[in-house]
Amino acid sequence: MADVAIKDISRGNDAAVNRSQALNKFRQNDTLFFHLTRSAALLVLALLFAIVLSLIYGAWPALSHFGLNFFVSQTWDANAEEFGALATIYGTLVTSLIAMLIAVPVGLGIAVFLTELCPMRLRRPIGIAVELLAGIPSIIYGIWGFFVFAPFLQQTLQPFLITLFGPVPVLNAVFAGPPYGLGTLTAGLILAIMVLPFIASVSRDVFETVPPVMKEAAYGIGCTTWEVVRNVVIPHTRAGLVGGVMLALGRALGETMAVTFVIGNAKQISASILQPGTTISATIALEYAEASEGLYRSSLVALGLILFIISFIVLAVARLMLARLNKLGA
Amino acid sequence: MVSYAARKRKNSITMGLCTAAALFGIMWLLLILVVLVWEGFSGLSLAVFTEITPSMGSVGGGLLNAIIGSIMMTVVAVLVGAPLGVLAGTYMAEYGRYNKLTNVVRFINDILLSAPSIVIGLFIYEVLVAPFGGFSGWAGAAALAVIVIPVVVRTTEDMLLLVPGQLREAATALGLPRSIVIKQVAYKAAITGIVTGVLLAVARVSGETAPLLFTALSNNFLSLDMGQPIASLPVVIYNFTKTPDENMQQLAWTGALLITFTVLAMSISARALSTRKKK
Repeated sequence: MADVAIKDISRGNDAAVNRSQALNKFRQNDTLFFHLTRSAALLVLALLFAIVLSLIYGAWPALSHFGLNFFVSQTWDANAEEFGALATIYGTLVTSLIAMLIAVPVGLGIAVFLTELCPMRLRRPIGIAVELLAGIPSIIYGIWGFFVFAPFLQQTLQPFLITLFGPVPVLNAVFAGPPYGLGTLTAGLILAIMVLPFIASVSRDVFETVPPVMKEAAYGIGCTTWEVVRNVVIPHTRAGLVGGVMLALGRALGETMAVTFVIGNAKQISASILQPGTTISATIALEYAEASEGLYRSSLVALGLILFIISFIVLAVARLMLARLNKLGA
Repeated sequence: MVSYAARKRKNSITMGLCTAAALFGIMWLLLILVVLVWEGFSGLSLAVFTEITPSMGSVGGGLLNAIIGSIMMTVVAVLVGAPLGVLAGTYMAEYGRYNKLTNVVRFINDILLSAPSIVIGLFIYEVLVAPFGGFSGWAGAAALAVIVIPVVVRTTEDMLLLVPGQLREAATALGLPRSIVIKQVAYKAAITGIVTGVLLAVARVSGETAPLLFTALSNNFLSLDMGQPIASLPVVIYNFTKTPDENMQQLAWTGALLITFTVLAMSISARALSTRKKK
């Protein structure tokens, strides 16, 4: 091994290698490599700072011009150069909320099914399939949503919801017609389908950190599967589950392509989730390339900054929760 | 005390719900794949790979320029991002395993790993597109590289941490300096893992659309010039889906099928590599 290494650094030198020369070279290469790797690690830090700084720099004209008003106004008028972020922030939060309301219970159900109920022979193939699906690019969900899912909803689920909740106060405002197909609900449902495999595979991984002895002990005293899940598995993995769900929420908040096609892009806050809305990412994707320099473009960057801050907080909490689980497991 | 029958009933209800959830969720995901394959295959022909994107209202055409643009940008992004990611991961696992810097970098890297990709597009626009006069393939590749780096950092660190300490100790005992221990012992032991990480990174970037929208833009013609706007599969799919032109919509489906196929192939080979290593 040692002579391989020496040959490596004194290539082409056939004469006997001077020992101290070789040592010097070793030392130099060592320091060089150390600094090389350290700079690469620092680059990762620099990258995040650069992203934040560039967003602040780009957003500054809009933020200083509109001030706090930017966060509470829902006007978005390119001709009058009047911009406010409220409608887009609202849309981002509501679509993600809808997605989480559906994807979390179903995803956890899949994870429980995979770890406790599924026949052994099917466990691996289904688990792998779910993991692979988690890697499908979001534009696929977007195009499917636009061509297939939105028209489907327009003809089935949406008219059904409108007639079902029509006589119920409050809910009839939430599900007020007409059925456009495109809108906040459709975007939320697509997001739900998109983060579903992600939640399922993260929770399955988390469930598998439960030591089998603990489950066996619970089964041994006569617990049913549900009781084992409820009283052993979930308490043991609570931090990890919250972390995984937050990670999925981070994805849903920042998701662009799955939402852009089906959200309808209307900058309004309407009580009905069947109406078109918009999200931060959809607004940026649809308008940035054509936006005029100045306040318009700067306002879009300001939206990006808001999105980045929201998802930074969500992701940071997620990582801290997951780290806590690892500490417990170790 | 709850009776046994009641407990059993509760159990069958909740477990039934879990099974239903699994069937329901998997049904939707399968449905998407079936529609995708159905719609995508019906437009698949040789022309897709040999002709450039059609203009509005014309017939025929393919995705040649988009495929080539995607490949070029992905290759550049991986060539830039993967070495940087491997080096950073090396520092975290080999030199700074127990220090503060590594913890901070790991935390920040995990954030970057799931940061909204459209924000990365905005970032590259601010630092590369606006100051250097316009959309270009280089800017698109840079945006993709920013996505590649955290994926590779993460897997490299994880894989190097799996290399047993005794291997390093044995090499050090022979008098090898640290950099050579890392390069010739640790890397060799972790190489399949690192390659897996790079494959996963390729899978991740080959479907990324948002960061390319206003960095690489798109191009209706075949262009090999990375200094100019360049077409890519995801952006072409995005643009064609929005048109009312049926021919273009068909190409969007076919492109979507190609991307899904690429991504699945990458992740399956990454998985095959990593399971082979475990044996």
